[in-house]
Amino acid sequence: MKILVCMKQVPQKDAPLKVNQEGTWIREDVSYEVNEPDAYALEEALRQKEKHKGEVVVITSGPARAQQVLREALAKGADRAIHLEDNGFVGLDALNTAKAFAAAIKDEQFDLIFTGLQSDDYGYAQTGVILAELLGWPHATIIMHIEKSESGIRVKRELEAGFFQFVDMPLPAVLTIQSGINKLRYATLIGIKQAKNKPLRKVTLAEVESAIGPNLQKIDRLYVPQKTKNTEVLEGPAGEVAKKLTEKLRNEVRVI
Amino acid sequence: MAAARKPDSINKPMADTILVVVEQRDGKLNRVSWETLAAGQALAAETGWALEAAVAGSGVSSIANEVAAKKLGKVYGVESPKLQPYTPDAFSAGLKQFLEARQPKLVLMPHTYQVRDFVPKLATAMGRTAVTDCIGFKKEGEKLLFSRQMFQGKLAADVSFRCEAPWFVTFQNGAFRADKVEAGSGAAPVETVNVEIADSVVRNKPQEVFKEAKQAVDLTQAEIIVAVGRGIKEQKNIDLAKQLAEALGGEIAASRPICDNGWLPMDRQIGSSGQTVAPKLYLALGISGAIQHIVGMKGARTIVAINKDSEAPIFEIADYAVVGNLFDIVPPLIEEVKKAKAGG
Repeated sequence: MKILVCMKQVPQKDAPLKVNQEGTWIREDVSYEVNEPDAYALEEALRQKEKHKGEVVVITSGPARAQQVLREALAKGADRAIHLEDNGFVGLDALNTAKAFAAAIKDEQFDLIFTGLQSDDYGYAQTGVILAELLGWPHATIIMHIEKSESGIRVKRELEAGFFQFVDMPLPAVLTIQSGINKLRYATLIGIKQAKNKPLRKVTLAEVESAIGPNLQKIDRLYVPQKTKNTEVLEGPAGEVAKKLTEKLRNEVRVI
Repeated sequence: MAAARKPDSINKPMADTILVVVEQRDGKLNRVSWETLAAGQALAAETGWALEAAVAGSGVSSIANEVAAKKLGKVYGVESPKLQPYTPDAFSAGLKQFLEARQPKLVLMPHTYQVRDFVPKLATAMGRTAVTDCIGFKKEGEKLLFSRQMFQGKLAADVSFRCEAPWFVTFQNGAFRADKVEAGSGAAPVETVNVEIADSVVRNKPQEVFKEAKQAVDLTQAEIIVAVGRGIKEQKNIDLAKQLAEALGGEIAASRPICDNGWLPMDRQIGSSGQTVAPKLYLALGISGAIQHIVGMKGARTIVAINKDSEAPIFEIADYAVVGNLFDIVPPLIEEVKKAKAGG
């Protein structure tokens, strides 16, 4: 099976974020990491390859810093990488990102495309499903299990409130992968070494520009959300805070 | 009820229309749809646009009638045998036919797993875009903005559409209150629209929906919940949280990453993919408060958050906040709670 994994670099979970001067995006001087659900998507692709042979290709879009995500994926076992490298990719909406990806892979023939179920920055949960529509492929979202079947694949979709559903579908297909579908591996030293010699194709904005259009939606402003709740902050040494909190629990919350 | 019609015979609206697509599963209305209808009524009041609703499926007239009792202009039952069971292919194709005929300005849906599965496809198929997981809207002059959380709730954004209608918007669970839906003065008219979906359109074959295992614990009934997140660091530290839960006489629960790691069973998970709870006390230990977790517990009467990151989104909704290391605070807290209990 030939599998493409779409990955994204996002600000680190506990990175303090500051809004830029225009109030339209964050200041980019923060630490980045791989979007967590995408790490699970990669892991699942590697496991499928180990079972069924084939190739795992990883793709991302973003400035030079985003290459780190691809390097890590190659170190974990991906065979090659595609980097749509330009600062201009950062501001694209999900539709344009998917269009850029579709243009970048137009000469490839994948059996499966994986994405994480959503990104930790925008949280739109759209790029994978849009990509499927652009390619004319079927898709399934929030996947917790994948197995080959006679006519294609059988996947396990997570539904809300602890419900699941198996879905049979033909290939090629796009799947969005849920966190926790598997256990993530670490890159080995030898893997990190080998990664340096694996092919990484760079795609410029100019190469895919004809495929994309103006964004259909726009962030007019980005801001720190207004607090709606009156929060009482308990301060002091740990022992004192514990005492204060216990008093609150007894006298105000009345659960003791 | 009028006779069933084809989509192309539907009257195009004279004025701008807001269309709420309510969600049904196996012939039952998903209650979160009332929240979306409340959002639609609020938007209609703000814009002066007409409000209508639609439900897609096979044999959905009873749901359409249920929705028609609310304050809105009209309800459509979008029908095809292909719409049962749910598939993204059929829902996208069926709703596309209906929406192209009806041409609403705004299409509102709840941000459920089902909607997430088809709305990006539907919007793309129509050459449009969806602003998903919104928590509110703003009208500034003639401009409509939709507010949504970004970066896991650390920041928020106001988003506008830069394309022709229809504009697709999905609203997060709990963003609007279901009990705010206004009843109509009489039943709104209901119209059935038959959409044509070719056999070849539907590629996925969904099997029966099932529940993995019997849920050992029903956290929805718990009055006190002590929940742990990534801040607990290691599996062996879960014990500390368990001791606190025990001292308080409550249940232990967790955010998704903890259950993904297998440190607590999946049936202890709170959030969009786990249980939704509303206890008297929700004590969050080392939980940052990602949106997916918040939607499962924001209904708690009192929220106490202990986290070392003062910017963690959990503090936005906390009643009591302790910024500090949970490993310093929880041990004396257990002692204090025990003391208080013993002292009556």
